[in-house]
Amino acid sequence: MNKQEFLSALTERLSGLPAEDIERYRELYSESIDDRMEEGFSEEEAVADLGVLDDIARQIIKETPMTKLVKEKFKTKRELRGWQIALIVIGSPLWIAVGAVCFSLLLTLFILLWVAVLVIYVLFLTFCACSLALLLATVFAAVKGSAPPALLCFGSALFCIGLSILLFFGAIGTTKGVIKLCGKILLGIKTLFVGKEKTQ
Amino acid sequence: MDIQLKRGLLDVCVLAAIKNEDSYGYKIIKDMQPYVKLSESTLYPILRRLESTGMLSVRSAEHNGRLRKYYHITPAGLQRIEDFKSEWKEMISIYHFVVRGEEEHE
Repeated sequence: MNKQEFLSALTERLSGLPAEDIERYRELYSESIDDRMEEGFSEEEAVADLGVLDDIARQIIKETPMTKLVKEKFKTKRELRGWQIALIVIGSPLWIAVGAVCFSLLLTLFILLWVAVLVIYVLFLTFCACSLALLLATVFAAVKGSAPPALLCFGSALFCIGLSILLFFGAIGTTKGVIKLCGKILLGIKTLFVGKEKTQ
Repeated sequence: MDIQLKRGLLDVCVLAAIKNEDSYGYKIIKDMQPYVKLSESTLYPILRRLESTGMLSVRSAEHNGRLRKYYHITPAGLQRIEDFKSEWKEMISIYHFVVRGEEEHE
């Protein structure tokens, strides 16, 4: 890929960004390619040395605030022609409903994910409480002098403690996983905004 | 490494790369290469952030018939490096404490 091809491919992938941002990144990457060529790289080598284009575009989108992307989207909408605006107004019962459904679905997904995490924490606390109660029961049974119930209680207590430890690590792992997943979903939504622009 | 910690470290690294003389994107990457591997897609957002927080200023100057962006450290940027140095001293003493604790247990 040569410099011109790289820059136009980059522009295409960033098309959801404000024009001045795209121009800024074009200038920066053009400068980087020129600097490498001055070092003795060939044009193709210089472009290849920058890294994978999709990764570069993804990184830029990741660094761009969501508000900027939405604002840019809104700005292009205002430049629509009359009949397009009319269509949007007429179609509003449909697209508002569809939009609301998409939003609620996403919201539900987020809530479900966090409820799942919460359930694990609650389970953890429950088993902690059980362990404590069973340990107390063991003591009482032992004081009363009945060995089999004491042993049974103690065994169950150990089982509950084991489960709580497992759940504790499980809960922490799941929390980390869900946080990562949420970040990925956000990036996905951002890419959707940028991706949609390309087709317009 | 913790993402927030690494982010802060890279900010200081970039400031250190332009501390003695103004520099440009590719040169910053090359100067840092023996210590930290950095790509343009990581560097540019950092430069942007440092510019918006007033740690550095940017000017365009002609070079071989084209424009090149040069980054210049501001007093606030220099101060950030000094802050980092004193913070790091504290970190090192904490590190020594942590390591000493381990040795005693062995």
